Amino acid sequence: MWGYIVRRLLATIPVMGVVAVFVFLLLHLAPGDPAAVVAGSYAMPKDVERIREKLGLNEPIHIQFGKWISNVVQGDLGDSIFSEVPVTRLIAQRIEPTLSLATASILIAIVLAVPLGIVAAWKAGTWIDHGVMVFAVLGFSIPVFVIGYVLMYGFSIKAQIFPVQGFVSIRQGLIPFVRTITLPSIALGVIYAALIARITRASLLEVLGEDYIRTAHAKGLQPRAVLLRHALKNASVPIVTIIGVGIAMLIGGVVVTESVFNIPGLGRLVVDSVLARDYPAIQGLTLMFSAVYLLINLMVDISYTFLDPRIHY
Amino acid sequence: MDGKVDPPALDQVEPETQKTLVVRLQEFGRRHPTVVASTAVLLFLIILTVAAPYLSSDPLELSPRNRLKAPSTEHWFGTDNMGRDVYSRTLHGGRISLTVGLGVAIIATFIGLVVGLVSGYSRPVDAVMMRFMDGLMAIPEILLAITFVAVTSASIQNVILAIAIPEIPRVARLVRSIVLMIREQPYVEAAVSIGTRLPKMLLRHVLPNTVAPLLVQGTYVFASAVITEALLGFIGAGTPPEIPSWGNIMADGRIYFQMAPWIIFIPGTFLTFAVLSVNVLGDGLRDMLDPRLARQM
Repeated sequence: MWGYIVRRLLATIPVMGVVAVFVFLLLHLAPGDPAAVVAGSYAMPKDVERIREKLGLNEPIHIQFGKWISNVVQGDLGDSIFSEVPVTRLIAQRIEPTLSLATASILIAIVLAVPLGIVAAWKAGTWIDHGVMVFAVLGFSIPVFVIGYVLMYGFSIKAQIFPVQGFVSIRQGLIPFVRTITLPSIALGVIYAALIARITRASLLEVLGEDYIRTAHAKGLQPRAVLLRHALKNASVPIVTIIGVGIAMLIGGVVVTESVFNIPGLGRLVVDSVLARDYPAIQGLTLMFSAVYLLINLMVDISYTFLDPRIHY
Repeated sequence: MDGKVDPPALDQVEPETQKTLVVRLQEFGRRHPTVVASTAVLLFLIILTVAAPYLSSDPLELSPRNRLKAPSTEHWFGTDNMGRDVYSRTLHGGRISLTVGLGVAIIATFIGLVVGLVSGYSRPVDAVMMRFMDGLMAIPEILLAITFVAVTSASIQNVILAIAIPEIPRVARLVRSIVLMIREQPYVEAAVSIGTRLPKMLLRHVLPNTVAPLLVQGTYVFASAVITEALLGFIGAGTPPEIPSWGNIMADGRIYFQMAPWIIFIPGTFLTFAVLSVNVLGDGLRDMLDPRLARQM
């Protein structure tokens, strides 16, 4: 078991290496001189030279990559060009709103979607099932920012239950925190919930057709026990998998949700960095998000051993 | 995999030649109502956007006296902060969204098909290619796309490329898994044993099996590309402001949302219907082409 975890951790290293090469090359394959792009169109030649020096662009590309990657391995993502603050510190400053938003969205999505999927599979073919499927298709198709604006219009502008925009830290009180985080996390959670509900229903339906379910019913078990203990447990691997895969969607959604609701988190940092062409910040953020994605999916893989004793490594 | 559904009961079988086209279409509609309905919505949107220059006025025409006017008979969908007609901007914006969606679907499907076929057939290439694809897949799609657009320029071609690149691994993995499955089939073994060469084998035996899944996957790629394009436009990293797109129209409406919500809601509604119809079409095609899978999902 521990051997497996170590082996899987080691296996993510080459993947992270590929990510690093991508991230590095993406910014260096850009047409034109990156230093000139960073400096903007009104920059003096000596400013461009200064930025080129600072980014180390005068050196051959493999030396640049070597220096950059050895810094990254030591936890140094470089300095932001505009705020001149280490990128790691920028990330640390902005991580709290994003973590709150993501956690709330994941919780809302799972608490909502898994029961919906279970009920839909249990009542397959009825109007409840059709209702859940309509939700799954709709939720998957309405873009995050459209949901965000609809919620904002209904609950902040018309009904005035929630504030329109902004973010309040949980340390400044639970109630203001909940008031600011509710709408954004629902907006972000809907697409995720749609995906989870759909997979829960599908994988449960498949299990419900198995022989041992019929046996369980035949020996007189409570339907509830059959559904939750026998069926759900065996249907859990695909559900947990989709929860992991969905994290990628969540990361994309964070960027947009934070823009809609004006939340000063990592997503806004991404947008600001991109619009300002702050290359070190873009590189650092992309690497960090990719690492998070890989780690979560590693955790999902490891959780299989707990969910299904037949899987062992 | 050849698109046929369960054979009808014996007493219903009539010679195919006696059915007119209309009757066949009616039967198709009854069997696959979602495919027909979503295709109709999609066609309607395509016609609206293609005919935009004939159906609406100039989307760039400024009219400072008519700023932020609510929808009326003169301006069906109202006007934006510069007095531009939201109806005509939305119709013109749809051209960008649908072009990008189609472009991404074609490019990602084609490159993914080639990568998947090669990986499925060559072990050494597979090992390298799949690590490469794993890395590409680990980078969140939107981050990769906005970074790409930020370092190049936001022309339509670059937006299409930026969105297509992160979609390639998903298609490649699908094709690879099909190839790995097909090459174990007895008929492929038989073809190998009578000396069929590899190119012919790929063309005759493997490629036809990828068509149906790729068609389905292509619609999902299309839907996802339309959303990503709108996101790029919305955060200011999409096509330049003089080319209206659903995303950048909504971006213009952001600070006026409380006063003029229609600037966001109108293109948002069109966007939702476009994505919804393509997704429903994809689900319908999947059910139609692979009844085995349909029962599970």
